[in-house]
Formats: sequence, structure tokens, C-alpha cells
Amino acid sequence: MLLRGSHVFAEAAVRAGCRFYFGYPITPQNELTEYMANALASLPDGVFIQAESELAAINMVIGVSMAGKRAMTSSSSPGISLKQEGISFLSAMELPAVIINTMRGGPGLGNIAAAQGDYLQATRGGGHGDYRTIVLAPGSGQEMADFTRMAFEYADRYRIPVIILGDGMMSQMMEPVEFPDPIDPKSLPPKPWVLDGAKDRPSRIIKSLILDTSAMEEHNWKLFRKYEMIEKEISQVELFLTDDARLVVIAYGTASRITKGAIKRVREMGLKVGLMSPKTLWPFPKRFLLEMSRVVTDFLVFEMSTGQMLEDVKLSLEGRRRIHFYGRPGGIISTPDEIAKVINNIYFKEGLETEG
Amino acid sequence: MKKVFGKPKSLKDAVFHYCPGCGHSIIHRLVAEIIDELNIEEKVIGVPPAGCAVLAYDYFDIDIGESPHGRGAAVATGLKRALPDRIVFTYQGDGDIAAIGTAETIHAANRGENITVIFVNNGVYGMTGGQMAPTTIIGQISTTTPGGRNEKRDGAPIDLSEMLALTDGTVYIERTAVDTPKNIIRTKKAIKKAFRVQMAGLGFSLVEVLSPCPTNLKLSPVQANEWIGSTMTNYFPLKVIKDKVGKLGASPHLE
Repeated sequence: MLLRGSHVFAEAAVRAGCRFYFGYPITPQNELTEYMANALASLPDGVFIQAESELAAINMVIGVSMAGKRAMTSSSSPGISLKQEGISFLSAMELPAVIINTMRGGPGLGNIAAAQGDYLQATRGGGHGDYRTIVLAPGSGQEMADFTRMAFEYADRYRIPVIILGDGMMSQMMEPVEFPDPIDPKSLPPKPWVLDGAKDRPSRIIKSLILDTSAMEEHNWKLFRKYEMIEKEISQVELFLTDDARLVVIAYGTASRITKGAIKRVREMGLKVGLMSPKTLWPFPKRFLLEMSRVVTDFLVFEMSTGQMLEDVKLSLEGRRRIHFYGRPGGIISTPDEIAKVINNIYFKEGLETEG
Repeated sequence: MKKVFGKPKSLKDAVFHYCPGCGHSIIHRLVAEIIDELNIEEKVIGVPPAGCAVLAYDYFDIDIGESPHGRGAAVATGLKRALPDRIVFTYQGDGDIAAIGTAETIHAANRGENITVIFVNNGVYGMTGGQMAPTTIIGQISTTTPGGRNEKRDGAPIDLSEMLALTDGTVYIERTAVDTPKNIIRTKKAIKKAFRVQMAGLGFSLVEVLSPCPTNLKLSPVQANEWIGSTMTNYFPLKVIKDKVGKLGASPHLE
């Protein structure tokens, strides 16, 4: 199917068995909300509510998730800030949910162009308290479809909110996509912790208030152990022409697409350059990077921000290798030529053409 | 010997943490009695607020999902839409529902969400230690209105129930109190009717209950109850604010 990015997210969510969507209008992701309005209206078990606010939308997700059903909300940067209260509560109460952030320029209202300025917000929890959320970063229409399916599965498996980071460019871009077969929500395994009335079982409580400090500490460590397990199990990268690379560019989402174009150009000139594209931003695929740093001396982080993922690359490599950075914030989309020039400069400045 | 009075099944064997003279214990008991009488303990889900009543899950022996401060109506919307044949109620204080949660409440009401709201109005923020509430009356002293609530500076007490009655989606709204035995009986009747409205699928129902907070009013329990009757009801008169049930037709649940 040939679909624009926003519609890919929405169609993939419906096919993942999501029958509950709550949203509030914000550009550049209104097409996602509108698609859900249509798709869920045509399903007998579909529920779509245009919420009065982002806060209301994420709290409706909390309610549905307590009832054990798959639920999603989506927004763009300023709206995601408003949802952080609910994301913190979802994390505390260990409730599954999928939240799509179509990032735009910021801070503040910023603009409606594609940007990657919400990386730190997404990967560091984003709201108050000691928690993380899984953060997925698709780089193509196909990955938008696949990662949306995966997001619902991770959310249920780990009882955690999952954020998908897209941007204003990916949401508008049309690409051919093959969708996985639809899941009938009734076929999903029952969840043993849901609230549906205490029939033939003891009553249940889903809460986040833990006044006893020892119990709260234990809850924090329990979450931490879960996060450790997730780090081991789901870190994922895409590698592109890295086998013989002397310089590896690290970029995600739209920036990784631009980088592929740049690499094709510099490869034509004989430069040995590859791309490592993190597909999970949290957990950050540290071990893939460490492994690569055994043979690669130079890394270039390219982001559509002033340098946010850069922090994770530095933390992962702990000073072992040279890390270069190029970023354009504010909704500026670099061209492959621009990135090819940056690569070219670094490559020759560091003498990489003479190594090996 | 025939047992004529006992603990409702829907209450756990737990000692209330509420202050002496607090109205929450009475209202909890009424809600539990109603759940028993309507035989819905296996299909009811409660949504407590942030505030003194957040600990409701320690007392009610039913499924409970805690809501972030003020978002009860949105959480209940999600629960009820996901499980339309269950009975979903929120239990919210005045700060929760009429200040931080105003938007969620008004819009859930306007959508006619088929949920029941128990709105406990004691005119003060209890759990945080007696600050001005949206329903604090003019001249009432609180920790943030040391000289008394001043209409020019602080605004007048807000009548959320009357505001909600203006929305089309609300079916039944009544204001009662738990200051006297007679009013307690009326409160029970009102809350029971509110649950029945939901069971009949008619739409949004709410009972606002004026409730004493002796600790933060700095009054004895008896004085706090007297204050409700002599002063608070001047701003919040006890009455049926809206009742569309008759117009919506008879239902077996409402007999």
C-alpha cells in the first residue's frame, strides 16, 4: 500500500489490535488522528474520542489500559510535554500504552517542521520520577508499520509505555508499505492484572501512591530490574555499509535517511563510510556501538538538534574514540550533499584515507 | 438473634485513617452499602482521586484504579468505554474536581459519559493541610487565605454542579450533605439513584456531598456539621440540581 507516514502509524495500530485512540489536534500529525477517527468508526468495537486536552487523552489511555485493552494516543512535541504527567503514571503503575510523537521544531511552540529535539525528553523518562520508557525510532514507512506493531507487543510484554519518535517529514512522506496481518483483539492473551470487576477473584488495585518509603524503594528497584532486562533483550540497530568503514555516522529517523544519501555520494568518491542507525533510542544500543568501536576510530553523530543523542554516544564510548558532531536544529532539513561535505571534511582532516 | 446492622461486604476489614468527624468515612460506608444493595460488587470499578480519599483502595473491597490529580473523569471515560457493561464511578474532592480537574469533568459530562461521580465538597484542601479550595466560601479562613477568602482577590466559590447541569450530557445531579442523620439518608438515596442512572445507561450522574472537615476548619466535629447547615449551604443549597430521568423513560433499574 502507498501511504503517508501518519496513515501508516494509524493503520498499523489498528492492525495491531488497537481499538482505542484518544487525541487532540496538533500539526504536523493531524492526519494520524483523522485516520483513526475514520478507521475506528468503521469497526464495531472501535472507540475514538477527540479529547478536550492532551492531558485528558493520555488519562483516557490510562483508563483503557487498566481495563486491559490496547490503547494509543499521539501528538507532536508541545502536546507530548502535556502528556508527561500521564506517562509518568503509566510507568509507575506499569500499564502498557503506545504514544507516538511526531516531533517538530521547539522549544515552546517552535514550528511545524521536522526536528529531533525531543530525544532527551523521550529517552530520560520525560515526566517526573525515576523511570524510562521504550523509545523506538523508525526510519522508513515500512519501519513505521513494523515498529508500531512491535510497540504494542513490547508494551504488553513489559507492561510499559512505548514511545515512537517520528517527525514532521516522515509523517507527510508517502512510501509503499507492506502491513502485517491484522490481529483480532479478542485473540490477544488475557492479562492477569486488569480491572474488570472482582468476579470470582479478590479485588485488585492499580495505583502509584506508595507512601511507605521502603516499599517505594522496592518498587523503584523492581522497575530498574525490568529496565535492565529490556536493555538486554531489545536493543536494535540497522547497519549500512559498515563492514569496511573507517568513519561511521550515527543517525536515526529522517537524519538516517539523509545520511544514506550522503554515504552513497561519498562512497562513489572512494570514502569508506557507513551508517549505524539506532532503532531503539532507549534502550540505547550501546553494545553494538562498543563492538564497532573496536575497529572504527571515528564516529560522526548527525542529528536534527543541537546534539542530544550525542550524549548517549559519548556515554557509551567513554572517550575511547573520536566523536564528531553535526546538527541542524529548528526544523532545518539538511540535504545529502550537505552531509556528504561534512563527512568529506572529517574524513580527510583525520587522515582516514591513509589508514589501514 | 437476627442481625440487623453490620459492615457492608464491599468494605474491607480496615480501620479508616480519616480524622475524627470527617465525612469521608460516612460517604465510603454509604457507597459500600449501595454497591451491596445493587449487587454490583463483581462489576464495579472505582476511581479515587489525589487527596484524602486516595486511600479509598484500602477500604473498598472492589476493583480500584487510582487517577492522577483531577483526571478521574478521563480515566473513568477510558475504563467505561473499554468495559461498557461494568459500573464505573469516580470519587473526587472539591480541589480535584473543581480546580485541577475542571476540564476533564466538564467534557466527560458534556459527552454524556455513562459514569457516576461522587463529588465530596468540604470547602478546603484536606490532605495538603487546609489551603483554599475552589469551593472555600467568602471570608473563610484557610492557610492560603489567612484573612479569609476575598472575592476580589481570590474569586468567589465555584458551583461546579450548577455548571455541569448546563451541559446536555448530564442526566442527574443532586447536592446533599452528611451533616445530619436525615441528610445522610438523603445522600444515600441520591447516590443510589446516581448508580441506577448509570446501570440504566442514561448518562452522566453526579452527587455533590457537602462534608465536614473539622481538622482544617479548626472546629469540633459537631461544630463542623453545624457550619455546613448554617453557612456552607448558603452558598451550596441542598437540592436536586438536574433530573432528566423522568424524561428519558422508565427503566427496570430505576423502579
